[in-house]
Amino acid sequence: MAKYVVKRVLLALLTILIVSAITFFSMYTIPGGPFSSEKALSPAVMAALEARYGLDQPVPVQYLNYMRQLIFHHDFGVSLKTGRDVFETITTGMQVSAKLGLSAAAVAIVCGLVLGSVAALNRGKLIDRIVVFFTTLATSVPSFVLATLLLLVFSIQLKLVPAWSATNQSYVLPVISLCMYPMAYITRLTKTSMLDALNQDYIRTARAKGVASYKVIFKHALRNALIPVVTYVGPMIAFIITGSMVVETIFSTGGLGSYFVTSITNRDYPLIMGVTIFLAILMVTANLITDIVYKIIDPRITFD
Amino acid sequence: MNKPLKKHLLSSQIDLAKFAPASDAEKSQQEVMSESTTFFRDGMKKLMRNPLAVGAIIILVVLILTIIIAPMVIPYGYDEILKVDGKRDKTAANLAPFTYSENEMAYMEKTGEKLFPHIFGTDKLCRDYFARVLYGTRVSLTVGLFASILVMIIGVVYGAVAGYAGGKVDLVMMRICDIIYSLPDLLMVILLSVVLRETLGNAISGTIFASLGTNMLSLFIVFGLLYWVGMARLVRGQILTIKENEYVLAARTIGTKPGRILRRHILPNCLSVIIISVALQVPSAIFTESYLSFLGLGVSQPMPSLGSLANEARSALQSYPFQLVFPALMICLIVLSLNLLGDGLRDAFDPKLRR
Amino acid sequence: MSEHLLSVKDLRTSFTTDNGEVHAVNGVSFNLDRGKVLGIVGESGSGKSVTAYSIMQILADNGRIAGGSVEYNGEDITKWNSRQMSGFRGKCCSIIFQDPMTSLNPVFTIGNQLEEAIRLHTNKTRAEAKARAIEMLTLVGVNEPAKRVKQYPYELSGGMRQRVMIAMALACEPDILIADEPTTALDVTIQAQILELMQDLQKKLGMAIIMVTHDLGVIATMCDEIIVMYGGRVCERGTADEIFYNPRHEYTKGLLRSIPSVERMKERLVPIAGNPINLLNMPAGCAFCARCDRAMKVCLDHVPVERQVGADHRAACWLNDLALKDEAEQRAAAGESAGAIQAATGWVKNQSGEWVFDPVAEEGGAEQ
Repeated sequence: MAKYVVKRVLLALLTILIVSAITFFSMYTIPGGPFSSEKALSPAVMAALEARYGLDQPVPVQYLNYMRQLIFHHDFGVSLKTGRDVFETITTGMQVSAKLGLSAAAVAIVCGLVLGSVAALNRGKLIDRIVVFFTTLATSVPSFVLATLLLLVFSIQLKLVPAWSATNQSYVLPVISLCMYPMAYITRLTKTSMLDALNQDYIRTARAKGVASYKVIFKHALRNALIPVVTYVGPMIAFIITGSMVVETIFSTGGLGSYFVTSITNRDYPLIMGVTIFLAILMVTANLITDIVYKIIDPRITFD
Repeated sequence: MNKPLKKHLLSSQIDLAKFAPASDAEKSQQEVMSESTTFFRDGMKKLMRNPLAVGAIIILVVLILTIIIAPMVIPYGYDEILKVDGKRDKTAANLAPFTYSENEMAYMEKTGEKLFPHIFGTDKLCRDYFARVLYGTRVSLTVGLFASILVMIIGVVYGAVAGYAGGKVDLVMMRICDIIYSLPDLLMVILLSVVLRETLGNAISGTIFASLGTNMLSLFIVFGLLYWVGMARLVRGQILTIKENEYVLAARTIGTKPGRILRRHILPNCLSVIIISVALQVPSAIFTESYLSFLGLGVSQPMPSLGSLANEARSALQSYPFQLVFPALMICLIVLSLNLLGDGLRDAFDPKLRR
Repeated sequence: MSEHLLSVKDLRTSFTTDNGEVHAVNGVSFNLDRGKVLGIVGESGSGKSVTAYSIMQILADNGRIAGGSVEYNGEDITKWNSRQMSGFRGKCCSIIFQDPMTSLNPVFTIGNQLEEAIRLHTNKTRAEAKARAIEMLTLVGVNEPAKRVKQYPYELSGGMRQRVMIAMALACEPDILIADEPTTALDVTIQAQILELMQDLQKKLGMAIIMVTHDLGVIATMCDEIIVMYGGRVCERGTADEIFYNPRHEYTKGLLRSIPSVERMKERLVPIAGNPINLLNMPAGCAFCARCDRAMKVCLDHVPVERQVGADHRAACWLNDLALKDEAEQRAAAGESAGAIQAATGWVKNQSGEWVFDPVAEEGGAEQ
């Protein structure tokens, strides 16, 4: 077990390193620096600015400097546009994004498990058909379409949910737009794995032992059906993070996702770097935890 | 012994003649066998019995025919600013569906000529929105389809090589897969799209790729770089399992040549899994493309894609909601039918799901 | 009337599939007495396992008992609700399955699964249940039982797992143990061990056993009575000796010819020609007629009725009925009355003076 965890952690660290390198070097192949959009800068001022931010050094040296700062001083640098500390920007952004993302993840998992189990147990009946119809629909609507339509209908036309503002933070619509796809996905996953588990010989054994049918389902089948669902949690976190970029932009809630989108248009290298690395760490950690939990709940997997 | 005879309830009297031996022909009539079918025919039968899949096929066929034929019929181009009588029609911005601009109405009254209606209205730059949505659908479908094919080719070749070679080669190839797989894909896609969009322009100018547009090309590169891993793993896993199967061993023991084993045993068994995976990859590619276009990282202007149309419509959401509704509905319709088709294919052809 | 421990009467079970209704069991009847061993033999698809599952009511979702009754101590358990059935399963009647590799839940420990079975039907505390689990494992010959209870199924061999299954089935001392091909998935040496174990336990605990198998050899020495099934019907039943040395159904004869044996090593094995019956399209007559060498016209459209052919021996084959015609002729020659002949043989002369078969219903016995 310990060996497996160490191996997985090392792979995770390698991944983060690769992500940071790709991000850093690819940013520098883009023609036009961060100051090129501001007009009428004399070459001298330009050079001074570049020297100030260390942009005059060779790219690999800049990368090493950056990583050194990051690892030893937890310093992501300073945003070139706003002049604010990147780490500070990320932590402010996370306040909104974490609330949004975690609520969406929780709703998706709980509703997905319940709906999937209900559909599996009532296979072929009306309720199963309704769930299947709904999930197929939900997996076919991109989050940005859903978000915009929700905004249009509930916020603008019906005025049921007020638009986002600093004083009136309504998470309902953003959470719905974010959780819909993962929820539908988990529902489908739960349904298939539940049906699969219910057809296994050990379920017959449990029934033959005299275990009551609800207990057969919730103890023997669900425990086995959870295994594939757990593997989806990592990808789901990744999905919610990327989804939050458009959803936060559409509802103008602010947050890490929308910072990422604006930093790309602004060519704000330190912010892009910082947000990418931060999000990559989040996703890689989510995957890491998923993998380890997976090994724990499925005793058949050997730790090698 | 003289009590009245009880007659057997079910049987009537049976003549002695009935106790004569039955002929083989009579016996064989009794042996009613299940209709024997091939894997493919059985699958197609199942697919055609699935009303959702059939509906999806019909919708897709109608859509594809529309995006091929309709642009030839309607007199407006996707990047063409409307003109009336040879002059730019400045009154034609943001028209509602099936309405005409002031200038157009004046023109029609003057000449009595009937102008082709703006089925979806027009956008803020006075372009026919129906034409734009049609071309957007074309672009989105093409990107989805070709990206998936690209992913399939790279993935199948890589996976097949790894699975077939085995040993150290397999180990190294799969470690590379592991690393790419663990990269946060959409984050990398966004990043690479940004970078490639900025850098590709100079590299490809003057070549045939230029006509594709840098964004379109960068989309393909990004897909080709990142998304083949899933397919490669799938194919490798399939080949490894099939290689271990008893029927392959049996074929080998009777001296079947490797080429024949590959053709007769391994490939047909992989094929259904590959096709299903590609069928489900197309909608996900369309999803990703529209997502990138929505972030402004998709195909370049004035070429529309469904995602970028939806993005543009966002600025005027309150006044002209239909400009969002049409491309959004189109994305949902395409992805929905492709998903249904993919599910139908999987239900019909996945050997693991048979009952 | 409830002198039998278990009495199955005209049981019919069918499954709804994509291709239509599959009639897996078409009117099976038998009785099982306390402490007896009943063998049910037949090839794949003969309905023997489905019969077993129907008794336990653990059929797959698409299966249902379409008719007949299963009486346990005189009570029809097919009419019981699911709570009563939960109390029946494991407590009154247990089952062990063919494949021990998949029959244990992979995510729970052996101990956990054994304790669950014990605590469901007794008031034992956790600790007592654990002690009982270890006791049962010792009884079925699992080495180091205290260590095994902490292990997961994947850590055990097939033979060990089957022993665990037996321990689990017997933990609450049921009256009946159904063994559904308990040795098919195991190595030959392990097979012998498991069978020996079951015989041992039967002597110790005195439960009745229903052995379901496709292998006549496996059960020859164990069973008090053997039922041979084909196409969801009983074709022959009797003591092991009767079935082996005096088979009266063509299918049983074929089955016996296809068993390899040391004495007949030089002879060629004779397989039963043709394919097993297609349960989707049951023929109107005898299920076996298409594969039967001696099939008659009557076999094609009339289902043979089970009749006494010896003291402890019954069979359902028209050939046996045909054989009775000679007896009827002899009795007629001896001057017995037509009624007596018909009662004894089922044959009678019709108006035109020809022999016709028109049997009298057996008294007391259920119509098969």
